[in-house]
Amino acid sequence: MLNAEKRKTIYLLIPVILILAGYVLYPSISTLIESLKQNGAFSLGNYTDFFGPKAAANMEALWHSVYISILSVLLSALIGVPLAYIFNRYDFPGRQFFSNIAIMPIVLPSLVGVMAFMFLYGEVGLVPNLIKDLFNLSEVPFQIGGVSGILIVHAYTMYPYFYMTTSSALNNIDPSLEEAAYNLGSSKFKVFWKVTFPLLTPGLVAASLLVFMVSMASFSAPFLLAGGYRVLSLQIYFSKMNGDMEMAATQSVILSFVSIAFLLFMRWYQSRKDYRMAGKGIGSHRSEVNNPVLKAVMVTLGILAMIILLLPHVTLLVLSLVPEGAWTWQTYPQALSFENFRLLFEDPNIWDPVRNSLIMTTLACIGVFIFGMITSYALVKRSFIGKNLLDILVMIPWALPATVVGMNMILAFNKPSVFSFGEVLVGTFWILPLAYFIRFIPLVVRSTNAVLEQMDDSLEEAAQNLGAKWFYTFRRVVIPIILPGVLSGTLLAFVQAVGEFPTSVLLYTLDNRPISIEIMNQLRMFNMGQAAAFGMVQVGLIVIVMFISYRFFGVKSENSL
Amino acid sequence: MSTVNLSGITKQFGDVTAVKDLDLVINEGEFFTFLGPSGCGKTTTLRMIAGFYFPTMGKVKFNDRDMTSVSPEKRNTGMVFQNYALFPHMTVFENVAFGLKVRKLKKPDVKRKVEDVLKKVRLEQFIDRQVSQLSGGQQQRVALARALVIEPDILLLDEPLSNLDARLRDEMRTEILRLQREYDITTIYVTHDQVEALTMSDRIAVFNVGECQQVGTPTEIYNKPVNDFVAEFIGETNLFPIERDQEEGTTFIYHSNDLNESIYVHNSDENVASYKDSDQLFMSVRPEAVKVNKKPMEGVNVFSGKVDLVQFTGESVHTFVTINDHVTLKATELNRGPSTYLEEGTEVYVYLPETQVRIIPEAKGEV
Ligand SMILES: Nc1ncnc2c1ncn2[C@@H]1O[C@H](COP(=O)(O)OP(=O)(O)OP(=O)(O)O)[C@@H](O)[C@H]1O
Ligand SMILES: [Mg+2]
Repeated sequence: MLNAEKRKTIYLLIPVILILAGYVLYPSISTLIESLKQNGAFSLGNYTDFFGPKAAANMEALWHSVYISILSVLLSALIGVPLAYIFNRYDFPGRQFFSNIAIMPIVLPSLVGVMAFMFLYGEVGLVPNLIKDLFNLSEVPFQIGGVSGILIVHAYTMYPYFYMTTSSALNNIDPSLEEAAYNLGSSKFKVFWKVTFPLLTPGLVAASLLVFMVSMASFSAPFLLAGGYRVLSLQIYFSKMNGDMEMAATQSVILSFVSIAFLLFMRWYQSRKDYRMAGKGIGSHRSEVNNPVLKAVMVTLGILAMIILLLPHVTLLVLSLVPEGAWTWQTYPQALSFENFRLLFEDPNIWDPVRNSLIMTTLACIGVFIFGMITSYALVKRSFIGKNLLDILVMIPWALPATVVGMNMILAFNKPSVFSFGEVLVGTFWILPLAYFIRFIPLVVRSTNAVLEQMDDSLEEAAQNLGAKWFYTFRRVVIPIILPGVLSGTLLAFVQAVGEFPTSVLLYTLDNRPISIEIMNQLRMFNMGQAAAFGMVQVGLIVIVMFISYRFFGVKSENSL
Repeated sequence: MSTVNLSGITKQFGDVTAVKDLDLVINEGEFFTFLGPSGCGKTTTLRMIAGFYFPTMGKVKFNDRDMTSVSPEKRNTGMVFQNYALFPHMTVFENVAFGLKVRKLKKPDVKRKVEDVLKKVRLEQFIDRQVSQLSGGQQQRVALARALVIEPDILLLDEPLSNLDARLRDEMRTEILRLQREYDITTIYVTHDQVEALTMSDRIAVFNVGECQQVGTPTEIYNKPVNDFVAEFIGETNLFPIERDQEEGTTFIYHSNDLNESIYVHNSDENVASYKDSDQLFMSVRPEAVKVNKKPMEGVNVFSGKVDLVQFTGESVHTFVTINDHVTLKATELNRGPSTYLEEGTEVYVYLPETQVRIIPEAKGEV
């Protein structure tokens, strides 16, 4: 006889496994199969092409991706770690304010972010031109574009990973360790290198892996800035646009391979028993800065960092206020007005993408909220064979680059299948919310896992002991306790879905085009103002939702970053 | 109210046998304690009664109902967890009312019952507090109230006092007993604290590595341990191996190789446990039974030695007397002032009364 516990586990696992098999595994396998076909017949031809001289561009793109990713890791670390150290270890005026601003990059969706960078630091950018005019130079002193552009955007958007992990690691270090070292006569410098830094390494390694993966997958920055520079995520898009699905599939498989290898490495790294953080977090001491010169330097640094962090947002705002034709050949915009926003709210055609984005994002968020919660519960609180495998399967959409997820969706659902109830999903409204849903499952699972692992099993047992059935217990005890975790994951999913671009650009149709696609279209027509207005709508939605969740649920999205 | 009847219970976790072939009957209204060292299977047994584990073999019955595979929510037991397991997102009222709401009681009834039980545990003024804002002892009482309010057939307590400080423990001990008597409810109490077990229980079951060693009243367990494990685990004792010599008449004679002397023991149920011919035997004598004297004493079971250490604990004084290289005996006397303390190094005589020595076999099944 199967006992009741086992039965419950099985009931829970059935939907989880069905959905993961249908929408994560099956699409990935479809891509793999497609990559093994050449002109309809099975062959390894695509792979020999990829690595062979016939398509040298591919190897070049792969190396470029790796090269950019390594540099992105270094650059983000170089910015994130010292900032985190300064802002967590020293106390000076404005410190608190800065630490709140530090996460601003996450409220800037990737595409609009890149766009803002172009207008800030690009060829006709505001900053280089301003410097040129201020100092009466004959040429702009610098401009970003190509590799340097991509790298700067990456550093801006990815430094928070280092900043956040370093901050939390610093706050978890038992201050007595450092004090003990001082007490034994070490110098400040020595203490940092011999005590503090080794304690930070696990977090730094994790952040490095993460940034590496995110840069490998990065799409928007190369899309707008690469020029002729080839990177793998972009090559997939080009192959698909040229109709070479088999090559696109092959490129996806290779990129997936790299990403999944990283995922497995990261899991292995984090599962090692980590004695270093064994102590309880006691809250770090902050040294008060008394030296006036040092204080001035710190405050300046803080203000500078703040300006750099907020400039893209401000630029976006300014751009959105430039009416059509008011900034063409001139160095600076000639007029500012609310024209773009007026159009947005008055013209139903222009409003459409906003509505699409909202509907699709909401659908996906409801999905990940429910599914993520159930999956996480099964993973953390139930024991069954193959748990580790399921855990990896859940995390795969997180490791896979968005472009690859897009390709997987196309190759899986461009024909009828059981999982799409015999319909062709590609070209319909539903493909995008589904893609968002899949991409953001891991966010909710991760954040929910964190709270569920904290929840003592005896709470559920107590409820059961008092006579409550499983579902009642789940509803009345488990959900209220884990809600903050689930919500913070869902919130992050919302933030990312509203600005989603790489998957959308592969899958959108005219009827479901989200804001990001409309921004791309407006950019193509050089309608900067309109594009920026759409960007502001994205930022606005993100800010409103973040504010509401913080105000009413005390949930911060950066907690689940 | 129920009796609990465990028969032939074995529980295995993979290769580990947590409980082995356990037979127990717990009577109606009894305060029954599981006592034993860490990892001996107390919690496992309790959880099988609550229904969180199903036995690998054997049957669990409440009265005559077979409950072996009934799920926990249908057993009507009230469990108090070691960490209290209070629902952190609920107030004291909501926590206590949880079980009543599950039972679909009407709102006014819920309110009345919760208020009643909170009055019993003396927490009525905290009814609307968030549980995180209570002290350890108060949380403990909420947990008790929550378990009692559903009027369970059996109350299960798993080391409910182990997270409290010594003072509060004392207080809660009386509190739990008072409530148990008031509700007259069959209670199973898990602890590894022997004082707790001895003072509170009607009967105690002593466990070691998954096996129940002895079941009895506190005085039986203390005065008539069935083997060396029980003798050593409950209270202090002087324990050393002995060989049988002459087992006839009113006084049995054993031989201690360590002392190289004969030991005389009164032949009675009190002094000689039942054992088999093949058993290795031990003698156990409680320190409070050992008599120490500076003057030579007449008769049997008298050994001479030297005072090694005198330990003052407040209410009593321990005197350690070294007889030879193998044997040091411990004697305990109530404190009667400094003039009565023996000096270290003094030559003394030690007497082990024939009626106070107990002969016991070695515990079986030990690793
Ligand atoms: N879920 C489990 N899976 C595997 N082994 C278990 C499990 N629960 C208990 N055990 C093992 O069973 C044995 C008995 O455990 P149990 O928790 O019943 O001990 P205990 O007497 O309550 O100890 P303590 O006083 O430390 O609470 C131990 O060896 C323990 O490691
Ligand atoms: Mg236990």
